[in-house]
Amino acid sequence: MVDRALTYGHLIAAQARGQAQYRASFAVEVAGSVGFGILDVLSVVVVFRVTPTLGAFSFPEVFLMTALADCAFALADVCVGNVERLRVYVRSGLLDAVLVRPLGVLGQLAVMDVATRRVGRVLFGVGMVIVAVAYVPVSLTPGRLVLLVVTPLAGAVIFASIFVATAAVAFWWIESGELANGLTYGGLNFTQYPITIYGPMLRRVFAFGAGFAFVAYYPALALLDRTDPLGGPAGLSYAAPVVATVAAVVAGLVWRTGVRHYRSTGS
Amino acid sequence: MPAPHAVRAYFAVAAAGFRRYSTYRQATIAACVTNSVFGFLRCAVLLAIVDVRGGVVAGYDWPQLATFTWVGQGLIGTVLLWATPEFADRIRSGDVVIDLLRPLDLVWQQLAVDLGRAAYALGLRLLVPVAVGALFFELYAPRRLATYALFACSLVLATVVCFGCRFLVNAAAYWLLDARGPQMAWTLASGFFGGLYFPLWFLPPAVAVAVIAVTPFPSVIQLPLDILVERGSLVTQVEMLGVQAAWAVAILALCRWVQARGARKLVVQGG
Repeated sequence: MVDRALTYGHLIAAQARGQAQYRASFAVEVAGSVGFGILDVLSVVVVFRVTPTLGAFSFPEVFLMTALADCAFALADVCVGNVERLRVYVRSGLLDAVLVRPLGVLGQLAVMDVATRRVGRVLFGVGMVIVAVAYVPVSLTPGRLVLLVVTPLAGAVIFASIFVATAAVAFWWIESGELANGLTYGGLNFTQYPITIYGPMLRRVFAFGAGFAFVAYYPALALLDRTDPLGGPAGLSYAAPVVATVAAVVAGLVWRTGVRHYRSTGS
Repeated sequence: MPAPHAVRAYFAVAAAGFRRYSTYRQATIAACVTNSVFGFLRCAVLLAIVDVRGGVVAGYDWPQLATFTWVGQGLIGTVLLWATPEFADRIRSGDVVIDLLRPLDLVWQQLAVDLGRAAYALGLRLLVPVAVGALFFELYAPRRLATYALFACSLVLATVVCFGCRFLVNAAAYWLLDARGPQMAWTLASGFFGGLYFPLWFLPPAVAVAVIAVTPFPSVIQLPLDILVERGSLVTQVEMLGVQAAWAVAILALCRWVQARGARKLVVQGG
């Protein structure tokens, strides 16, 4: 176990060193990843230029949800975001090489592509959460402080599960192309706004089916001391870790089934 | 413009572009699904705004906003907003030499391929999201007959401008080798200032006008959509088409200039 952790540690360090070698490229990509975060926030600002409220929530409240969503997504993106390249590995046969090594397939893929350059967006996300908490303002009790720390972590696990489960589609359907983006980047888009704005179909699929309601919306309700306009019980605000655990287990099962289903291209 | 005897060659190249993209059927379907998912998500936000504001938002009524969103999702694949950096990779690997050896101008040659690709994309990438949108929402049907002709012209110009921008981004590899920086900048700017994430008129009017006039991005998404949903009179529509045409000419001229400079800069390693 310790051996394995050390091996992963060495691999991540090697990747990080390698990526930092090309300094200009690295700096540009860090800036770019922060840029995506900035535009997410700016889009919400623009929306509130033309409306005073959105789905019964004010700008500071939606801003908090956006910040939580962005922080969780960025964290997941750093760890397993590049797993979406799986379809390239399956097609090129590179996965054969991964399978013969004495380490887990998912762990190796995550480490091979660990996106250190996207750390910029995580830092930006954390910064935005702090700004939002001060701006709303959230009255911080010890309970809320714990919730504030746990929420982006649980949210990251939910996003990471979606990344892994949708990437695993490539084991069955190599040409699935951008299909996964609908749930990963689409999920980010979904979680940035209160789920009150979505119709029953989107709410069923994204909010509860994929668990995205627990990334930002429900935890934010507790932080904002608001009751759910949709009439959900208050306990849902603290359910994110449970939902994240379920999501991780399901994603793990999908992944395992996929790996067993893998057939080499033979090239 | 290319000499008449070369025109046939360019048509052949365009036809090849059409055929090449028609072989990626599964990826096309997957992309249509993703575009449609985003159509639903964007519509939900806009509908929530209309719920609060009622009636007209930034000069658009609800059917216009729905059309703006769904046709916008269709445009992504038609103009190919996010393409793989194939040309930049060819510059880096040196494969671009093969393109340069052909007795055809590189810019026109790639434009021909891209127009062929866009012609194929009209069938699925544009129509599927629009059909899905029409199934679930009330869309805006243009009232003036001329709008259809203007939109068709606008679509061609949008494809040309988008091609030109992508060409320039890729051509940065002549100098930088790694064109990921310009690539990212393009992805960020085209979505935000192009009018994909929200209609540009949600910004203060002075800012919107400035972005439309001094950047090429709105000519790719925002202007074709404004022409389609008949924002303003016929004269306004023609003016918007004029802005697109000006950008198309300027960008293509810039592409040719950059390509000429880049080809002189190109160093192919090994042999």
